[in-house]
Amino acid sequence: MITIILKRILLAIPVLIAVATLTFFLIKQAPGGPFDAEKAVSPQVLKNLNAAYNLDASEWEQYTDYMTGIAQGDFGPSFRYPGRSVTEMILTGLPVTFELAIYAILIALIIGVFSGVLAALKRNTILDFIPMAIAMIGICVPTFLMGPLLVLIFGINLELLPVSGWNQIPGDKLLPSLTLGFAYAAYIARLSRGGMLEVLNQDFIRTARAKGLSETAIVTKHAMQGGLLPVVSFLGPAIAGLLAGSFVVETIFQIPGLGRFYVEAAFNRDYTMILGTTIFFSAMIVFFNLMSDIAALWLNPRSRDES
Amino acid sequence: MSNNSSLWSDAVGRLLKNKAAMVGAIILILLIGCAILAPVIAPYSYSFQNLDLGASPPSSEHLLGTDILGRDLLSRILYGARISLLVGFVATGVALVIGVSWGIVAGYFGGRVDQIMMRIVDVLYGLPFIIFIILLMVIFGRNLWLLFGAIGAVEWLTMARIVRGQVMSLKNQEFVLAAQAMGISNLSMFRRHLLPNILGPIAVYATLTIPQVMLLESFLSFLGLGIQPPMSSWGTLIKDGVESMEEYSWLLIYPGITFTITLFALNFFGDGLRDALDPKTSDN
Repeated sequence: MITIILKRILLAIPVLIAVATLTFFLIKQAPGGPFDAEKAVSPQVLKNLNAAYNLDASEWEQYTDYMTGIAQGDFGPSFRYPGRSVTEMILTGLPVTFELAIYAILIALIIGVFSGVLAALKRNTILDFIPMAIAMIGICVPTFLMGPLLVLIFGINLELLPVSGWNQIPGDKLLPSLTLGFAYAAYIARLSRGGMLEVLNQDFIRTARAKGLSETAIVTKHAMQGGLLPVVSFLGPAIAGLLAGSFVVETIFQIPGLGRFYVEAAFNRDYTMILGTTIFFSAMIVFFNLMSDIAALWLNPRSRDES
Repeated sequence: MSNNSSLWSDAVGRLLKNKAAMVGAIILILLIGCAILAPVIAPYSYSFQNLDLGASPPSSEHLLGTDILGRDLLSRILYGARISLLVGFVATGVALVIGVSWGIVAGYFGGRVDQIMMRIVDVLYGLPFIIFIILLMVIFGRNLWLLFGAIGAVEWLTMARIVRGQVMSLKNQEFVLAAQAMGISNLSMFRRHLLPNILGPIAVYATLTIPQVMLLESFLSFLGLGIQPPMSSWGTLIKDGVESMEEYSWLLIYPGITFTITLFALNFFGDGLRDALDPKTSDN
């Protein structure tokens, strides 16, 4: 198993370099320079600006400079906000997005696993149908609709919860986390129901029953380990989805996180910021996929024994 | 061939018995009809403005009300259906063409070719594609056809995996060996022998890809990176609705309901199709 993990890690490095390279040269194709917006810049000033941001060097030189910078954690200066570096902006946004994502995934896991396992155990009863119907709603109502609807109901009509901001008023973290977590709760509920149903029919569960174990012990000790495997493998891709969801949720709730910075950078054509966040996001996603693969390998005794 | 057609007629029978799938199918047919006939049945043009009227709640003249510029919401939803469904079908078509060709080639040739091709798929799976689509839209402008291509280029990966698996299980069967022995060219092998036998899974997965593609498009439009005004997709309508939902909640609610019902219909129909074509998996 260790060789598999090492292989995965070794594969991740060239992938990240390829992503960084591709993004860098894609961005260079973008029409218009970063200083086009400043009206009536004299040629001398433009020349100085270009020199200051190293834009007068050859493309190859810029590329090697940039890559060495990234290797040292330096994503260069922001084109849009003079004096601020991309690294600095990523570091201010990251904790916020990270916190939001953690809450969302916790909500998704708690609601999803609980209702999925329950639905599998009480198959074809009301406790199966109702959670699964709600899960279908969760999958069909996109985040950008769920968020505003929750705001409309709990924030504006019932005036129960604050509708924007992060860490300013007590309770302002609830709606964004719920919005982001709900869709994943739905997926996880379906996955854990399916996984549990498959496991519950297997021989080792019958053996456990025959041994006279309590139903709780059978479910928590024996069935869930295998039954929740699909959930574990889903967590990696889910993180990628959560990041995309954070674009929307942070925009709706005006949360100063990475997702909102990214969308703003895309609008402002802040190319260094786009470049930096893209590479950063990719690194995070590759990392989380790796983690979820390793966890799934470790939980699955068959692949654990293989090597 | 007779065996094959009975598989399909069995499947149709099962599909017709599945109520959720049939309701989904009827809704979809209605929607597609409305989208095609939008210029005929829409009471107003999607860009006709009545600034004096402004935003007005649903009335007999404007069944679903009007937006801030006095444009009829029902007409905009009908025209939006054209864009949203068009994106859904075209981008899924792009994904289908790439994914099926990739999967057939990888599965049929096997060995090293297969390893390299599927490793590429594995690597692409792990990348943040949504970010790349945003990047492309920023760099090359918000072009409808680019949007189709970009979304399609993202959604083909799972299709390639499914098709490869199917082809691998087919390629050692007698009819394939017989065709090989007759010296058939690779291209006609793919087209005449392999493709017809994997149409089922392809149809199922394609139906389930359409709602995902539509979600992706509306997600981009919601962020302002997709369809540009005065054209509207359901995503842009929802975006506009969110901006004014405090005063004019109908502008959010009706497009939202339409979009959600469509996604429901597509998902139910896709699930029904899967159960009908592959009864084994119907438990999941």
